[in-house]
Amino acid sequence: MSIATATFDTTGPEAGARSEDYLWTLNFGPQHPATHTTLRLVLKLDGERVVDAMPEMGYLHSGFEKIGEHLTFNQYVTVTDRMNYISPMANNVAWHHAVETLLGIELTPRCVYIRTIIAELARISDHLLSNGAVGLDTGAFTFFLYAFYQREVIYDIFETLCGARFTNSYTRVGGVSQDFTPLVIEKIRAFIRTFPKTLDDMERLLTRNRIFVDRTKGVGLLTKEEAINASASGPVARASGVTRDLRKDEPYLAYADLDFQVCCASAGDCYARYLVRMQEMRESLKLVTQALENLPAGDVNVSIDQRVARPTKQQVYSSIEGTISHFELSMANRGFEVPHEESYAAIEAPNGELGFYIVGDGSENAYRARCRPPSVLHFALFPQLIRGHTLSDVVAVLGSLNIIAAELDR
Amino acid sequence: MPFTPPSVDDVLAGLADRFGTLDTSVYRGQTRVVVPADVSFDALAWLKERGFDLLVDVTCVDYLEYQDAKHRYGLVYLLASTATNQRLTVRVFADDPDPTVRSVVPLWAGANWLEREVWDLFGIRFTGHPDLRRLVMPEEFNAHPLRKDYPLQGRGERHNFPVITRDHS
Repeated sequence: MSIATATFDTTGPEAGARSEDYLWTLNFGPQHPATHTTLRLVLKLDGERVVDAMPEMGYLHSGFEKIGEHLTFNQYVTVTDRMNYISPMANNVAWHHAVETLLGIELTPRCVYIRTIIAELARISDHLLSNGAVGLDTGAFTFFLYAFYQREVIYDIFETLCGARFTNSYTRVGGVSQDFTPLVIEKIRAFIRTFPKTLDDMERLLTRNRIFVDRTKGVGLLTKEEAINASASGPVARASGVTRDLRKDEPYLAYADLDFQVCCASAGDCYARYLVRMQEMRESLKLVTQALENLPAGDVNVSIDQRVARPTKQQVYSSIEGTISHFELSMANRGFEVPHEESYAAIEAPNGELGFYIVGDGSENAYRARCRPPSVLHFALFPQLIRGHTLSDVVAVLGSLNIIAAELDR
Repeated sequence: MPFTPPSVDDVLAGLADRFGTLDTSVYRGQTRVVVPADVSFDALAWLKERGFDLLVDVTCVDYLEYQDAKHRYGLVYLLASTATNQRLTVRVFADDPDPTVRSVVPLWAGANWLEREVWDLFGIRFTGHPDLRRLVMPEEFNAHPLRKDYPLQGRGERHNFPVITRDHS
């Protein structure tokens, strides 16, 4: 009897046992083009329907938190670059925001605005890749190239700013490594001029595209209650109707001065997460424009008598305070005063709430540098989002959660 | 009349009425409260009912080499309220030889992987956790690497991992 003519008894006493026989297991990852990074899913399938999924992580675990206990506050910023490598600037800002909260350092107005601008540019580049990858995985390759071209422009801005395209390590305790030059400002202005057109093109390509909408609408549903209960944050939570956005709710940096909207949706599916990210890019562009046009003049690092930021060469060679400060910061047994205290500070990173819980023990190294990564909590949601959907929806859901394995495993 | 949410101090006063005098402190505007390990679950459930509905993070600090530390492990529960945006840090201390705390997975589904990570890296056992397996380290690993007595470069565990060949996979 061929498979085409076989009939199955689905009403008899053994029907339950029989349907169990047809379940098969698919190992998705750790190396798979659609996981984009190194993560593993064990899927239990009934034909093409996903009955259950077991996500597994740890393939990229490199002990970042352990390393954080052995590097100084300024050195560790290079490791934060490698967490969410899609938007390293946002991680730099988050890390030093947490360090400065612990040490009680007040930044200069210029530094606050510069950090706001780079954090928002990082958000745009993260959302471009995240949405681009959703498009790519659901068959929209052109869309991905439009998105990736604009990421290249942002890389170019960062390269002009600090010399590195990918792993920027841009921030320092009490300031940043390089001030904005006229060329950087010109490049950001050019990006502000050209980017809305690309964004319009991208929306025209995909937002009402029948194939894309069918692949993402109603897929991977997450309700508001589930999102809060599972500690989701960022675009994933906001697409489910949670209005929490740290930029509005606990304004840090310059966000209290700037005009922008929190983007939310109520559907909670992959399509809503796509829409939230698209809209957030427009809001980020508004923020960059406002911050750049109101960029305060003055010093970019905190003043040298606070002894936290390295003085400029001009200050070192022409003033005694500069020389002392440079000397003290360079000696292994000097450096900044760190309290025996602990504090938590978070920013609204592109992926969600990215916070660091830092314990100080008087030395220049953190006693404990806990990173609160949004990806872990989102990846834990995966089984409940995919249950009942088909195998081809796995990539759509995975893409819409924007799981970055380096941030996931640390 | 606009709704004014209860302040964190009021909530803490209610918590102290319910669970006895608790050690609270404020640093950089962040309120911390220390809760005894045996009532940690009840206290967190009580706080969840009073509006702290978002569990931001569960983590741990090993105070082995810390100045004036009275306990070895300090668990950190970062709570927040989605309605009022207030934050509260709840500390629970545990000690060797068998550091155990009750799991809060029945309260927040998000605690599942966070507690697995703490078990994996610190060896704190969460009673009542539905699936307390290692999260980031391999299953064969037999140490808890974020403890302070674990060296940065490891103890050579990688050499003892079973080698899986193509024939035996």
